[in-house]
Amino acid sequence: MDTFNTDAPRAIHPLWLRATHWLNAVAVAILATSGWRIYDASPLFDFQFADPLTLGGWLGGALQWHFAAMWLLVANGLAYLLLNTGSGRLGKQFFPLSLRMLFVDLSAAVRGHLSHADPRRYNSVQRLAYLAVMADSVLLGLSGLVLWKSVQFPLLRELLGGYETARHVHFFAMAALVGFVGVHLAMVAVVPRTLRAMTFGR
Amino acid sequence: MMIKQSPLVGDDAVVKEALSRLEQPARRLFMQRTLTLGGLSLLTGCSITDNPGAEAALEKISRLNDKAQAWLFDPNQLAPTYPDSMIVRPFPFNAFYDEDKVPDVDADAFRLEVSGMVADKRAWSLPELRALPHTEQVTRHICVEGWSAIGKWGGVPFSLFLRRVGADLNARYVGFKCADDYYTSIDMPTALHPQTLLALTFDGQTLPRRYGFPMKLRMPTKLGYKNPKHIQAIFVTNTYPGGYWEDQGYNWFGGS
Ligand code: HEM
Repeated sequence: MDTFNTDAPRAIHPLWLRATHWLNAVAVAILATSGWRIYDASPLFDFQFADPLTLGGWLGGALQWHFAAMWLLVANGLAYLLLNTGSGRLGKQFFPLSLRMLFVDLSAAVRGHLSHADPRRYNSVQRLAYLAVMADSVLLGLSGLVLWKSVQFPLLRELLGGYETARHVHFFAMAALVGFVGVHLAMVAVVPRTLRAMTFGR
Repeated sequence: MMIKQSPLVGDDAVVKEALSRLEQPARRLFMQRTLTLGGLSLLTGCSITDNPGAEAALEKISRLNDKAQAWLFDPNQLAPTYPDSMIVRPFPFNAFYDEDKVPDVDADAFRLEVSGMVADKRAWSLPELRALPHTEQVTRHICVEGWSAIGKWGGVPFSLFLRRVGADLNARYVGFKCADDYYTSIDMPTALHPQTLLALTFDGQTLPRRYGFPMKLRMPTKLGYKNPKHIQAIFVTNTYPGGYWEDQGYNWFGGS
């Protein structure tokens, strides 16, 4: 009880957020690396992912990992979005968001002056990046659903331009997510105390 | 020397690539045992792909995914159909062996065996099958590797055939044995789907050898490896029959 009382009110990131964040990182790592193996079976473009970067060992193994981790991504992602919206945190933490604030924060970031004084509040660049990656994850999930079940979801399939276009959408949404993770990790390396907060709450 | 390119350079390249990557089972097993997620194996010194616990868990989840797909499957939901102008010519060849190993089935001697939970176990000759009602459809064939190609198959609606032989339509599985030693099995709802065809023709002609002569089961609601070619025997059963790829780890339901 004691730890609960001292932890809860002062936590920068609530426990449910830390849990869903790290589960999401696991799911994304599995989905991306197994997805690369699946991509390699029939590449869309003139390159392949090197085998050591991929998960699954062969196409069938990669598909098993991919179709297992997708449940984790979806269940965990829904839990995150529901708790985030239900608790009102989404509105408080990610809004307001304005172009003017974005310019101010971006130019401060470029000059290396972006303030991290209050780790409880995200600056507008973070807000935009996090909202964008949430939207991108939803797009990844929906395009994946079209690839998996293109016959069963005709409306979604047509919205995404048919099976072949959905394949491209899925690929580019993956690329955007991986790009986000790259920048995300670089930022965490620059401000390492955010990692402590995301892990231990403070 | 100039080599004449087919009009489908892009798709051809994809298909060639896909074919070149069709691995022999032995090599695949070898890779399964040796390749791992590099970073993780470096960190832990062990391979998660090779871990028997992980493999068993993934296999279990694959069975759950069979159930999820059976539940999502709407027997009345039709796969999209396309105009003839969208048919891919030449349609890609794909099998677990090279094209020169395609079986040569003798049309005159051929008899389709029917067994298991059916009332009429009489074998069928090709002329008898061709005399049954015939329908054609242009649909997208989707391969587990990710590529797809539109083709036109014609044949006997499989539900009609199953009714004709007095199959127990409450049975769980329909299994197939093929002249190239391929085998697979499907769920009864998909077997009865209106677009599931016992295909005897491709693109208006007798089903060519490379596409599965004398017949293939064509299901636009399932991935390519679920669509057996060179079918010799059909059986209806409640005992899980598995399949060539399915026994190695491809998902059994394999539906779209
Ligand atoms: C091992 C890899 C990762 C590390 C070390 C990491 C680290 C962090 C840290 C430290 C924060 C807090 C930032 C702050 O307080 O200013 C954070 C937040 C966040 N991360 Fe990650 N992250 C990782 C992977 C991912 C992945 C793969 C995604 C999504 C695809 C992701 C999405 C997010 C989002 C959306 C937030 C904001 C969450 C919220 O406040 O609701 N992260 N991450």
